[in-house]
Amino acid sequence: MPKLIKNGAIVEDTSPEVLDLEQWLECEERASRAVILEPGEILAPLIDHIDEIPLVMVNFPTFMDGRGFSYARELRDRGYTGEIRAVGHFIRDQLTYLGRCGFDAFQFDDESLLEPSLASLADFSEYYQASANQADPLFRRRA
Amino acid sequence: MYVYDQYDQKILDERVAQYRGQTERYLAGDLSEEEFLPLRLQNGLYVQRLAPMLRVAVPYGLMNSTQLRTVARLSRDFDKGYVHISTRQNIQFNWPELAEVPDMLAELAKVQMHAIQTSGNCIRNTTTDQFAGVARDELVDPRPYCEIIRQWSTLHPEFAFLPRKFKIAVCGTEEDRAAVRAHDIGIELVKNAAGEVGYKVLVGGGLGRTPVIGVEICDYLEKQHLLSYLEAILRVYNQHGRRDNKYKARIKILVKAMGIDAFREAVEAEWAHLKDGPTTLTDAEIERASSFFTEPEYAQIDAAAAEAALAEQGASDPIFANWVKRNTVAHRVDGYRIVNISLKATGYAPGDITDQQLELVADLADRFSFGELRSTHQQNLVLADVPMADLYELWQTLQKSGLATANIGYLTDMICCPGGDYCALANAKSIPVAESIQARFDDMDYVYDLGPLELNISGCMNACGHHHIGHIGILGVDKKGEEFYQVCLGGSQSKDASIGKILGPSFKQEDMADVMEKILGTYVDLRTEEENFLDTYRRVGIAPFKEKVYA
Repeated sequence: MPKLIKNGAIVEDTSPEVLDLEQWLECEERASRAVILEPGEILAPLIDHIDEIPLVMVNFPTFMDGRGFSYARELRDRGYTGEIRAVGHFIRDQLTYLGRCGFDAFQFDDESLLEPSLASLADFSEYYQASANQADPLFRRRA
Repeated sequence: MYVYDQYDQKILDERVAQYRGQTERYLAGDLSEEEFLPLRLQNGLYVQRLAPMLRVAVPYGLMNSTQLRTVARLSRDFDKGYVHISTRQNIQFNWPELAEVPDMLAELAKVQMHAIQTSGNCIRNTTTDQFAGVARDELVDPRPYCEIIRQWSTLHPEFAFLPRKFKIAVCGTEEDRAAVRAHDIGIELVKNAAGEVGYKVLVGGGLGRTPVIGVEICDYLEKQHLLSYLEAILRVYNQHGRRDNKYKARIKILVKAMGIDAFREAVEAEWAHLKDGPTTLTDAEIERASSFFTEPEYAQIDAAAAEAALAEQGASDPIFANWVKRNTVAHRVDGYRIVNISLKATGYAPGDITDQQLELVADLADRFSFGELRSTHQQNLVLADVPMADLYELWQTLQKSGLATANIGYLTDMICCPGGDYCALANAKSIPVAESIQARFDDMDYVYDLGPLELNISGCMNACGHHHIGHIGILGVDKKGEEFYQVCLGGSQSKDASIGKILGPSFKQEDMADVMEKILGTYVDLRTEEENFLDTYRRVGIAPFKEKVYA
């Protein structure tokens, strides 16, 4: 079974069937299907079904395309609490940023990258901005 | 100035460690060239024509003498003993070794300096008025707001992989000395009828191959909403900005394509979700940021007596009097002057400064200006708080080191990018053009007679030398492998900002000084007594200049 990083550990992938956004919105049993987002897609229709989504995958065709970062922020800001998984060609050096935007799972095409990438999750222990995993920006937390 | 606490220092130290790891992985072959590229760029490291170039951030242009001494030492230990002040108020090392950059960053971190986001497709160093806090025409000191933006934009997780670079400038004065209309976002600090501080927000300005003057998106934003509103703009840009064409990826293209009203609507819709959330600024935070930019302990000076003494020194030493007139500016506090240190001596690349000069300026800042100094987007340095009684001694010291060129705001105080001598992007050299013009116009009386004049030179379309908004702009272009230079006239970076108009066919490098002579001669012939170059140009248009130059 393929593996991925989830909540800071390497686990086996047990994800359900994955549909693209259009298919997912039209599907009658969507609560048991994952949805995959591509850069450039409009998120609004998905937001209307936020409580029904078991898993959102965000595809990065290239790691330079940062639109996926905003998807995760918006989903979390609108109250989505399920898994958000990065798939495609993101790089390990982006893991802290992705995590702070709300990604909690990372699926590398090359599984040999999983182990070394765990270290990158801990690149930063403090940051200025409000984020998915720290609701208050630093200026509200400074001692 | 702002002083790091344990949080700021921790973030910076962790960034240095992260980048050290990235460099090691790259050198070991574990990180590809393509993957390392944006990582090193976001740490200020370019690979240039002759060597890497490291761009160190100077947040809103403010530094202390300790930081300057560190820069001087690093330029000796890791470089060739000089650095360059950029048009974003940053400091550039031209010859570092890629493998040594992590060590340089570690040294810089010890004095609260870094190279974070000085390049790459992310939010760049926020710039402002070099006279912030001491300017006479200041409504609101922009520095606390710049620092608040600095912290918010530093390692912002959502906006590190934008369609393109993103630049923010802030001004809080009657006059705009930060070119806010030439930025992706320009912020003017304003006060409403009740005297409360807020922001006029401009968006979609920028230079490069499609120069655009920014337009107003919000005429008054309440001060607590600064960051959530910026976040809304950035999110709309991140989602909708073009990514298919590098040259159409800046926010100016998006704003133009959508139209400002539709763009504003999209921002407002996004902002509705962010407004009043945790990113909303607190009064406590604004006060905390402001507490770092309080007045230094100014002496009580009898201004009349100080003026009289200065006049007396000037009478016996006219060269000094001239320097005071040209390079110093009235200060908000009686008995003080703002001093500009020109880095535009003839024969030196504009904006370059040696390690020894840096150390001298650091000493002068300690002796005469509370240990602080500023870099300017015109590529000069400023000592902002000099007692008038110390000006003579300060000037004598500067003069011995070649730093007393009395040309601030005149023709030879030109903005000039490093161009083809250093930059891998450049189509043409810009430094030799600057030098040829400085050499031709070596008669300072003539230069003063021309009045205030902004000459901006860029070596390529990327417009790092801001040629579009110079009263006179020069752009290096490549024609079948040969370097030519295009001239534009009538640009302005002030609140009445305008983009210069192209004069006509381009010129050879060796003809540029002659061309300038004809342009300036035309102006001298046509001007009225009170007019500066821009006024005359705006009155008579481009035709008479064209006639004379291409005659």
